[in-house]
Amino acid sequence: MSNHEQKSGWELMKVIFASSLGTLIEWYDFYIYGALAPIIAVKFFPSENPTAAFLAALATFAAGFVVRPFGALFFGRLGDLVGRKYTFLVTLVLMGLSTFAIGFVPTYKEIGALAPFIILALRLIQGLALGGEYGGAATYVAEHSPVGKRGYYTSFIQTTATLGLFLALGVILSAKSSLGDTVFNEWGWRVPFWVSIIMVLISVYIRLKMAESPLFSKIKSEGKISANPLKESFTKKPNLKLVLLALFGAVMGQGVVWYTGQFYAQTFIERTCSVEFVQTRYIILAAIAIGTGFFILWGWLSDKIGRKWIMLAGMLLAVLTYRPIYKTIFSISGTKDKIEIVDKGSVGEAIAVDAASGDSVVTKTIVKAFTDGNTYKEVTKVTFAKDRTAKPKEVKVKTTWLSSANFWWLVLLVLIQIIYVTMVYGPIAAFLVELFPTRIRYTSMSLPYHIGNGIFGGLTPLIATRLFDVSKTTESPAGDPFIGLWYPIVIAAVCFVIGFFYLPNKTNEDVA
Amino acid sequence: MNSLKRLAGLVWMALAAYGVYLMVHQAGSEFSKSPALDTRIFWYTIIPVFTPIMMGLGLFGYYCLKGEYDQLAA
Repeated sequence: MSNHEQKSGWELMKVIFASSLGTLIEWYDFYIYGALAPIIAVKFFPSENPTAAFLAALATFAAGFVVRPFGALFFGRLGDLVGRKYTFLVTLVLMGLSTFAIGFVPTYKEIGALAPFIILALRLIQGLALGGEYGGAATYVAEHSPVGKRGYYTSFIQTTATLGLFLALGVILSAKSSLGDTVFNEWGWRVPFWVSIIMVLISVYIRLKMAESPLFSKIKSEGKISANPLKESFTKKPNLKLVLLALFGAVMGQGVVWYTGQFYAQTFIERTCSVEFVQTRYIILAAIAIGTGFFILWGWLSDKIGRKWIMLAGMLLAVLTYRPIYKTIFSISGTKDKIEIVDKGSVGEAIAVDAASGDSVVTKTIVKAFTDGNTYKEVTKVTFAKDRTAKPKEVKVKTTWLSSANFWWLVLLVLIQIIYVTMVYGPIAAFLVELFPTRIRYTSMSLPYHIGNGIFGGLTPLIATRLFDVSKTTESPAGDPFIGLWYPIVIAAVCFVIGFFYLPNKTNEDVA
Repeated sequence: MNSLKRLAGLVWMALAAYGVYLMVHQAGSEFSKSPALDTRIFWYTIIPVFTPIMMGLGLFGYYCLKGEYDQLAA
């Protein structure tokens, strides 16, 4: 048998650890931006309209996703020409440096319009680096794994995307709780970006000690490396049709299920349901902590029964249950049909005059407590210009604090979505690796993966938020809070049908 | 099964064409109402990104129609 099958379990675990650590850090770097999007919107994208500011920040967040396929092409080609090890070392350094730099960019207030442009440029570098990283790590681990255990071993790489988000949220919450809200909002949000450099340095050190993939070394020594991986991957029909199948029959649906479960859930709970910032992140953290082990379970199971049906089952469950899940989240965290404890509520009003502008600010605060243990606070600030000629500006901030029982209900509802994520994502690295030959594998699998995840998946919060905002009309100013779900539902449904009819059910393919 | 897979190719091609039409139609309708900044950002991101992907879906449909996926056992 080939040399990669002779590796001891300990050596394989070292390969998996070294690959996974770097990939985890790249995901961490990528997601701290998303997790801090509301603060970044205020610091770098000021606007009178908070939705516009939020969308502008999300667009920058999206820009990071949109360039991922280009990173996949560039670094995928490099990985198939030069080797897996050096390529994903370069992507790690690029990602680390750009993330570290975001932590030092002066705000819009300090340097004006240059600030958002610098952020955008750094975000694009992050996206390019991530586009090159994942395919390399998945290929590297798969090419070390013995036949029959590829799903199991690559599932460790699959946990890194979720654990990267977990780490990002954990560092943000730690920084926020140790620095306090005021300092965190002022400059403490930069800390998670600075922390990244320490982790990157450790990971670079570990990766430098790694050897090249045995399969790549073998084809290199035999002189079988592709002279032009891009041309071979995307202009030759036998391979191009597999790239298209991987995208539309597997990764497109996987991408939307992934981002709905982990990102749209957070956006929905925080923005649509107005659940408090820290509590929202604890809900996601708890669900991820409980659900992550399922990646390994599905990866292991895919070695026994095949990758296809596990991935498709995850998509189908998502299509069928997203709307009931989100309706329940909305109902648990909302105020509709709840019984108010009038004695515990309060209404206050304060008037202040801004010393600098002379404007008057009327602040009205309403606090409501409910029998289910939830507390709701609504602060309305109306600013009247000193000369009274301008129209008063009104800003309303709603916040809900969930009771302990309701908190855990939401954890359960997010956990169900995380389990769907693990079903579609756990086996997919092995599936993609087995679809393409070694000589063009890095290039061929990276592009559909990053179009499916980066574009279909990564744009989920932007598109879903947009659909919600467009649904707000004069007849229905509150809009339809569930309309955004149609995007992941339709994409996952189409992907399910394509996957059902066309995907082969692979288990133990020889990837040499 | 292979006949069904080939016939479905027409559906994917039609879906790709409809996807492009839907994007352009919706964007046109929103741009005609003096759009806000967020509307412009949204459509300037979505149309250039999804149009090539829809073309890819059309090509996938064409390959299905030609029986390119017949040999893959579902």
